Amino acid sequence: MTLARAKPVLLPAAALLAFELWARLSHLQSDSLAPPSAIVVALGAAIGDLSILAATRDTLFAAFVGLAAGGGIGLMLGVAFGISRPLDRLMEVTIEAIRPIPSIALLPIALISLGFGYRMEIVIVAFACVWPMLILTRAAVRSIEPRLMEVSRALRLSPAQRIAKIVIPAALPRIFVAFRLSAGIALIVAVTVEIAINPLGLGAGIMLAQQALRADLMLAYLVWIGVIGYALNILLIAAQRRLFGRAALAGDNT
Amino acid sequence: MSVVARLDEAKAARRGTPLIAFNGTTLRLGGKTIIEQLDLEVRPGEFVCIVGASGCGKTTALRLAAGLYRPSEGAVTFNGEPMTEPRREVAVVFQDYGKALLPWRTAAGNISLALEASRVPSRERNGRIDALLRKVGLPGHADKYPTEMSGGMQQRLQIARCLAQEPTTLLMDEPFGALDAMTRQGLQDEVLSLTQASRTTVIFVTHDLDEAIYLGDRVIGLLPHPGRIGIEIDVNLPRPRDQLATREHPEFLRLRRQLFDFIKATEH
Repeated sequence: MTLARAKPVLLPAAALLAFELWARLSHLQSDSLAPPSAIVVALGAAIGDLSILAATRDTLFAAFVGLAAGGGIGLMLGVAFGISRPLDRLMEVTIEAIRPIPSIALLPIALISLGFGYRMEIVIVAFACVWPMLILTRAAVRSIEPRLMEVSRALRLSPAQRIAKIVIPAALPRIFVAFRLSAGIALIVAVTVEIAINPLGLGAGIMLAQQALRADLMLAYLVWIGVIGYALNILLIAAQRRLFGRAALAGDNT
Repeated sequence: MSVVARLDEAKAARRGTPLIAFNGTTLRLGGKTIIEQLDLEVRPGEFVCIVGASGCGKTTALRLAAGLYRPSEGAVTFNGEPMTEPRREVAVVFQDYGKALLPWRTAAGNISLALEASRVPSRERNGRIDALLRKVGLPGHADKYPTEMSGGMQQRLQIARCLAQEPTTLLMDEPFGALDAMTRQGLQDEVLSLTQASRTTVIFVTHDLDEAIYLGDRVIGLLPHPGRIGIEIDVNLPRPRDQLATREHPEFLRLRRQLFDFIKATEH
């Protein structure tokens, strides 16, 4: 039982140990690699002096504000396009022309118009978050049981009631999946903007460590970003289970 | 009231003004004629059953009456007004209760939806929900979710939600088609007692000929491709109906034979 649970961890643990031994025995001197023990020490120090925590706060702030703004816009457009076919067809070409633009390609424009700092980063994150939210919300709204829409007509719900009481609750489990996806994208884009140019947060931290030839600190940042992303996903999956256990169950039955 | 209006009303009363009327109603969907030149009048308080082979347009006729479809030609009127969209006094009971109920709302929540649609203040809702649940035989199930209820209970719940609209007319689309025989008979009697007591007008679509004769004041048989009226039978069986006595009544058996012969003929 315990062995079975330990199995998936065995291989990475062995690899880390082997790397540690090799680094020690060969007296590794590198700008890009550091023994795991050194990375742990560097991470401990960065947590100890709060520098990595401050950077995390900055990155998450930009990522979440961007996620809220972009996700909110994507949600509204997705619901509107999902409900109204004519509107969807009217906007189709426009959307499909803008959507393929990589969000990071907006960086030069955003930098000129907004300068360094949170605002520029938030705008780029928001742009990246609009699309998954829009596309998946639109699909979720379209796949609502048509009988429910008929019920809402037969009961004479007003358009606002129809959206609030039928469309959103029926699509919510799938909208939350879109939100989870967007949250991951928000973090990736925020760190990317910071690595590319914006002097704040975890991305700037990793660049600073690189330029100081601190491979241990650079890799400590890398590990930490991985931990943050993993924790965020675990948190959102737990929230999803808690919020939509029943609705997801009902959705599976039909 | 003007003299003319009073005269009109008197004339209408003599004729027995229909509550729901199909006047030369035709419906085409995607180039196909589903219903052609349908003429049908349903009087207030009448219980009309529509039967026919599958694909004959029974459900489509019901949807026209509900205002969920608009006729391509002719008209469907309710109380003399064209039925171009659903009305609050006309409630629809769908066959697939599992899809028509909101799975994320409890039994009480599902009934509440109809009350919210009618903008009933929230403090009045709970009392009315309890009364409706008692009325359809679901007291004590307020906090259950539809997936926790049997098919019969779910259909009762859907009926309760329709009654929450305080409808004068119930349109029922094969409401008991998916239920077992015993549950079905129980619900037939409950629908009869609920609608007879309040003089509710009912259009009831079914493929079960016995059910149609048992429930109805009148049975309409539709012919398929395109849907049109093939037979119209007045059911003069005594009320209240009784599952044993009514079904053994010689008149019941005679009507049953007549309807079976009609349906058999349409299948060739």
